[in-house]
Amino acid sequence: MILTDAEKAMLDGAKTPAHRKAMELLVRYGEALGAERLVETNSVAGTWSVANPLVKPFAGRGMDGVFSEFNLDSDEVVATPPAEAATCQLIGGLDRRHPGIMGIAPETAALNDAGEAFFGARGVAMHATCTPYQVGFLPVFGEHLAWMESSAVVYANAVCGARTNTEGRESTGAASITRRIPYWGLHIPQNRAGTHAIAVEVDVPAEMMDWGLLGYWIGEQVQDAIPVVEGRLLGRPSMIHLKHFGAAAASSGGVEMYHIPGITPEAPDSASAFRGRPPRQALRYGAAERRWAWETLNGTARDRAVDFVMLGCPHNAIEQILRVVRALEGRRVAASSALWVFAPRAIAEVAEQSGYGAAIRAAGGQLLSDTCPAISRVMPKGTRVVATDSAKQAHYLPAITGAQCWFGSVEHCVDAAVTGRFEGGLA
Amino acid sequence: MTRIAGRRVTPGRVEGAALVTRDTISGWGGMDPREGRITERRHELLGQSFAGKVLLFPGAKGSSAWSHYFHLARLSGKAPLALLFTRITTKVALGAVVLRAPAMTDFERDPFDLIETGDHVVVDADAGFIEVVKRNA
Repeated sequence: MILTDAEKAMLDGAKTPAHRKAMELLVRYGEALGAERLVETNSVAGTWSVANPLVKPFAGRGMDGVFSEFNLDSDEVVATPPAEAATCQLIGGLDRRHPGIMGIAPETAALNDAGEAFFGARGVAMHATCTPYQVGFLPVFGEHLAWMESSAVVYANAVCGARTNTEGRESTGAASITRRIPYWGLHIPQNRAGTHAIAVEVDVPAEMMDWGLLGYWIGEQVQDAIPVVEGRLLGRPSMIHLKHFGAAAASSGGVEMYHIPGITPEAPDSASAFRGRPPRQALRYGAAERRWAWETLNGTARDRAVDFVMLGCPHNAIEQILRVVRALEGRRVAASSALWVFAPRAIAEVAEQSGYGAAIRAAGGQLLSDTCPAISRVMPKGTRVVATDSAKQAHYLPAITGAQCWFGSVEHCVDAAVTGRFEGGLA
Repeated sequence: MTRIAGRRVTPGRVEGAALVTRDTISGWGGMDPREGRITERRHELLGQSFAGKVLLFPGAKGSSAWSHYFHLARLSGKAPLALLFTRITTKVALGAVVLRAPAMTDFERDPFDLIETGDHVVVDADAGFIEVVKRNA
């Protein structure tokens, strides 16, 4: 790889040992990719979590030890320098303000607090969400990023027109202190052209469930290619619909970029989405494809009696929390069931100040933040059957927890929480 | 024995038994790093262990914690011996780097036509080739 003088100096140890290890990792990684050079970035979203269940056993090495191993892939323990790029902590393993509700052991909560204090002091902003773009960590068009979190990556590329590959814990750790990431893949304009034409031949209204189903089917079909989605998209999708769509497509496949002509910024029209080239493949999404997505997402579910309803993957926006509050009005969560509603830390605070948290609790639910059941591996005790409005959570939870999982609309799920039974279905 | 050329992703030379899947692999949410086992419910290799195997697969999918999970698999002593794949992404490239196992891609012939589970495979990433001895040869 071709390195600038400043990059060579970091590699030679002119800054700190951590910069040297970070640059070594970026060079190994860039060479693995076949990248010609690095690119500067001032926006890094990654994880510095020390309390998640798999990292916790390594916490005895100390914060610098965890940072060296997991954020730099360094065998040598180096001191953690301050972040030089704007840096965001993504979703973690527990709700810092409500560890007790989640049944988190006090020593795990204390370890998490200590980790947040340590890395917070070194410039990592503790947003604690999978949706940095919802809480002001928002890129501009064309900006080069180094972001983890597949649902955030696809949102940043497709909806914001920023440029990032799906980075990992080690590469974002290195990027945060060096402000560099390999110039490869979606950083390069010609790699952002659409490859697959998706003709939507069944109505897709501006509803989370419909966009989740569409995304889940597309991801399965195109894997990590770049779909261009056109057809019977009714109304304009909002941030919420595109958030669910991208998260679903990134779960069933590896979609990191898509175009919706007239909606997303790099595709004013169909021809520009494909950059004038013919699509590699043309696919149609009709009633049978929609049904496949529904049945696959509900493939683990057998028992209609639901113990646990989870809403907010990716983390809820404030208007989604309000929608739950309204759906719960005058009702109560069944004694046999639990309802947990997840949001970014900052939005949970706004929800509390707006009275939504109190309303959810009055109905027997909980408003939580910072984590989700798939990441924390925590569900209410004894959970066997889950219902969720998230295709992503329905895809991952059965594999991670062994629970059965229903997927449906927000209303299907709130009804399930209130009646204790999931009765949702495809219209 | 058949030899095919490919591009080095990460360095090293190893040999061992192949484990082959045509399904892409998830890290987080698709495998257990402490067991080195595939846990994704619709996966062809559900329940099988990749520890110590030359893993031939199309590429990575799913969560960005891919590298982190394979990193944890290495620390648990459950890493694959080598990675062979046909579609490179940042997930699988970074995963190969932190596994510190040899990895190759960009083969001159489709390795899926050649390698089946149980075949003996020499992976020489430094020299840029793999050699396959059929299990039933």
